[in-house]
Amino acid sequence: MKQEIALLANAVHLLVPTAGVPPFVGPDIDEFFPPAVFFEGTAFEINRIMLIRFAAAIAILLLFWIGTRRMRVVPGRFQSVIEMGLDFVRVNIAEDLLGKKDGRRFLPLIMAIFFTVLVMNFTGVVPLMNIAGTSVIGVPLLLAVVAYVAFIYAGCRKSPANFFRNALFPPGVPWPLYILITPLEFLSTFIVRPFTLTLRLMMNMIVGHLLLVLFFTATQWFFFVVPGFVKAIGAGTLAFGFAFTVFELLIIVLQAYIFALLTTVYIQLALAEEH
Amino acid sequence: MLHAIRVAAAEHNPLIPAPADLIWATLCFLVILFFFWKIGLPRFTKMLDERSAAIEGNIAKADEAQQKAESLLEEYTAQLADARAEAGRIREQAREDGKKILADLKEQATSEAARVTANAQAQIEAERQAALVSLRNEVGSLALDLASGVIGASLADDTKAAGIVDRFLADLEADEARKAGSNT
Repeated sequence: MKQEIALLANAVHLLVPTAGVPPFVGPDIDEFFPPAVFFEGTAFEINRIMLIRFAAAIAILLLFWIGTRRMRVVPGRFQSVIEMGLDFVRVNIAEDLLGKKDGRRFLPLIMAIFFTVLVMNFTGVVPLMNIAGTSVIGVPLLLAVVAYVAFIYAGCRKSPANFFRNALFPPGVPWPLYILITPLEFLSTFIVRPFTLTLRLMMNMIVGHLLLVLFFTATQWFFFVVPGFVKAIGAGTLAFGFAFTVFELLIIVLQAYIFALLTTVYIQLALAEEH
Repeated sequence: MLHAIRVAAAEHNPLIPAPADLIWATLCFLVILFFFWKIGLPRFTKMLDERSAAIEGNIAKADEAQQKAESLLEEYTAQLADARAEAGRIREQAREDGKKILADLKEQATSEAARVTANAQAQIEAERQAALVSLRNEVGSLALDLASGVIGASLADDTKAAGIVDRFLADLEADEARKAGSNT
């Protein structure tokens, strides 16, 4: 025990730049702004993350193109897996919340959102890519705007009066309270929703990426830069890196699910006759 | 170690989207959305419809087969019952017919027997009459012969002879009738 504490003290001491070895440099926000690869300086600048997004989009198209190309009534193995994915969104998200008819109407949108988020999140743990396409604000913001437009469209299409009354003047509330409630409802429904959608997804991916980079660069630093017994700490950071990779897999699926689910819930609330 | 993460370098704010970021994100998403909307989901939905149609078709087919089997069974049962009833009817008819035939035969036999008896009686009666007539004639001539012999005169006068005989016979009959009357 004493020895371990001594080791830790030693390690901490080593982190200080004056310890005689090159200092540890952790990841920073520039991770998400890599240098341009094509069209530098234009509005169409393409960097590594954009390329990863293209790869993710192509992967989605290829997977579901091949998966739905020759669909049989009696599915094979590959088709079963594809169907499981499609049915998860169709049944567990769209039809559960919106019912058969409206579920079918909004299914393309919900499905595109779910699989875009899922696969672009997933690039964060794919070797050589190692960064989520959703960790830069473009994709989360775009999808949030799409969700925002979708639920307002759904509400206005069905019955604008009903939609705005439900959203701003919740029934069953004594009217003087509307002075307080209506601005809050307006804020939460029409202002906050897209921002929370954007930030929840993006921050999860940013933090996940930073944690993984932190653990793996630390491992590398301990193993190859630090001299002596302190190298052993690298095993610990490696184990943490592995554990957080597994955790990140969970976050990837969860965030995709949450994003698609919230979009659907917003549409459902907009379509509801009464709250 | 955490303090080693240098947060938010001044030149890059992660909350402000770069135009290129938005442009390429939009492009990717539109392609994916278009794919799911126009290609992926229609294929998937078509397959699902086919599947439910196939399942419903099979169920309907099974129902139909079941109904057919049931109606066949009903038909067979009805036929069987018909056949049984028919057999019973035929048996009953046969029994009736048998009875009738038997009765007819009996009647026929009885009438035949009666006819035979009547014939026989008629014949007997005729023969008896014939015998009576011939006997009367013979008894008459015999008696005349006898009487001729006794009185020695020929009673050749037939008219007279016949009268005597008839009287004699009538006396005889009257005598007999009287005897029978006193006896009773």
